[in-house]
Amino acid sequence: MLWETVTLAFITITRNKLRTFLTVLGVVIGVAAVIAMVTIGQGSSAQVSASVASLGSNVLTIRSGTRAFGPPGGGESAPKFTLKDADALADLPQIAYVAPIVTGGQTVVFGNANASTQIYGTSADYLKVQNWPLALGRGFEGTEETAGAAVCVLGQTVRTKLFGTSDPIDETVRVKNVACQVIGVLAAKGAGSFGQDQDDIVLMPIKTVQRRLEGNKDVASISVALRKSATSAQGIKAVQAVMRDRRHIGLTQADNFNVTDMKELSSMLSGVNAVLTGMLSSVAAVSLLVGGIGIMNIMLVSVTERTREIGIRLAVGASSGQVLTQFLVEAIVLSLMGGVIGILVGLGLAYGASVFMAIPFAPSGAVVAMAFGFSALVGVVFGYFPARRAARLDPIEALRHQ
Amino acid sequence: MEPLIAFRDVARIYGSGEAEVRALDGVDLTINKGEFVAIMGPSGSGKSTSMNIIGCLDRPTSGKYLFQGTEVQDLDQDSRALLRRHYLGFVFQGFNLLARASALENVELPLIYKGIPKAERVARAKRALEKVGLAGRENHDPSQLSGGQQQRVAIARALAGDPMVILADEPTGNLDSHRGHEIMQLLQALNRDEGITIVMVTHEEDIAAYAQRLLVFTDGKLTRDEAVKGHS
Ligand SMILES: Nc1ncnc2c1ncn2[C@@H]1O[C@H](COP(=O)(O)OP(=O)(O)OP(=O)(O)O)[C@@H](O)[C@H]1O
Ligand SMILES: [Mg+2]
Repeated sequence: MLWETVTLAFITITRNKLRTFLTVLGVVIGVAAVIAMVTIGQGSSAQVSASVASLGSNVLTIRSGTRAFGPPGGGESAPKFTLKDADALADLPQIAYVAPIVTGGQTVVFGNANASTQIYGTSADYLKVQNWPLALGRGFEGTEETAGAAVCVLGQTVRTKLFGTSDPIDETVRVKNVACQVIGVLAAKGAGSFGQDQDDIVLMPIKTVQRRLEGNKDVASISVALRKSATSAQGIKAVQAVMRDRRHIGLTQADNFNVTDMKELSSMLSGVNAVLTGMLSSVAAVSLLVGGIGIMNIMLVSVTERTREIGIRLAVGASSGQVLTQFLVEAIVLSLMGGVIGILVGLGLAYGASVFMAIPFAPSGAVVAMAFGFSALVGVVFGYFPARRAARLDPIEALRHQ
Repeated sequence: MEPLIAFRDVARIYGSGEAEVRALDGVDLTINKGEFVAIMGPSGSGKSTSMNIIGCLDRPTSGKYLFQGTEVQDLDQDSRALLRRHYLGFVFQGFNLLARASALENVELPLIYKGIPKAERVARAKRALEKVGLAGRENHDPSQLSGGQQQRVAIARALAGDPMVILADEPTGNLDSHRGHEIMQLLQALNRDEGITIVMVTHEEDIAAYAQRLLVFTDGKLTRDEAVKGHS
């Protein structure tokens, strides 16, 4: 009898395809949005975790000014760092590697090809701080660093733009007006926590960048890798002590630089990520609710339209329970249809987004099962009221209805 | 022999106070198994009201209704649905077929609620359609059938559930006289050959002439109860 009822529901539903589609649309949108949000959220969480793991030993970044993010600032008085600051940090027992950094956007040219990219002037230890292996060639040598030699290491994106698949080692590229010999290529790293392309980069010795591109001796930031034996807290404390001393900050004065712990930053990012995912998912859940109300609305209309049909069914011996079941099953079938389509659309959207944002595609069986269960629940909850109304009709009134 | 249908002082009152309408007012009647009864009377005299009560679609306000000797006037919705399902078949003036279902599906409907499996249901529905002369029209929708044919489908539907009683409220009211007589011959045959009790409301003398017995209602009261001329 139940199977009979389900078949009957399918027949009724397929008779009016446009109405069925419109009825189901609300649930489709709701479920698709929830599935897409959660799947994308999980993908980007996985991405953040992966980038935290790839940091290896703990890394601190020291910037001038008091702001941890955005452009350096927090008062014009905040002086820039110098290479001497970096040397002083290198002497600390907690610190394993030091990479002073100065960055600037430049266009790099090879033959007819050119690439706008980010030039990082830094030390050879940058690769160790970042835990970043080379794909080809070698990093800077000590003499190249001290002399400010015109050598560079390309990120994969820049390498592909300028050289395609051919070997770039020992070729000469032009950065602004500096002819620069390619000595190495970095391994591909993929997208960062913000979705930026981390491989769109060219490394050069910091002195080369200071003298020949920037024309000053400033250091924008310093990244240091802590020794395994040192905790973040110890490292931060030691760095602050040295920098306060070097920058002549009085006991009562605030720091005019800041130290960020990359691991902390990453875990904060995944926190933000979770909050965002949660928020977007609840917005999506509300639209699912609206979809449910849409189903209720259509079912109510359908009960009115089909009053006579209900009367006929009652006259030939249907119990009110059977009429209730019929309408309830119809509502559930509708919302499950919406649920299934929504799940497929949502996974499709999430897949597209994961390709576009270069994050892992992380569909979760639990979330899919939950969406399915929830759409069934929507059918039951919003189908019950119209179904009860149908079941309570008086057979005589219903038969007379025209 | 115990009567199939018995009313004991049945009243059906709509509204109350000033607006009170006594649709049925103290009706006593009995109908025996196998009878073919016609009900006549002026408009508003309570014919449909008594049919609805006999058909367990409605309940008397007071009095007793005995079906096969059992009082059924106080049964709830679902018990009355069971009575309809197992003992009663309806034929309406306006046919009342499901518009978006084929003739066969319409006839299958009561069998679905009887819980009869698909294959047997189709076989029985086909047989019922054959009996009313609609073999070969199983897959037609009601809109593809003439009025007379639609009423035959409705009779087949009433028949399919093997009822003891067929209740027909103005079954020929929407048909021309020729089709009306065809339907009456069909009902008469079912009464004669299958022993199905038939209770029918009509406004036309020549339609009532197919019955064996005539009940006349006036103002909610049963005012005449007699054998139809030409029948003994
Ligand atoms: N649902 C109702 N509410 C109020 N009054 C009703 C209702 N149904 C019927 N009546 C009244 O009860 C009386 C009997 O109605 P009924 O339908 O039984 O008449 P009838 O003999 O079938 O008439 P007709 O030949 O026109 O079909 C009428 O006065 C009618 O107005
Ligand atoms: Mg009437």
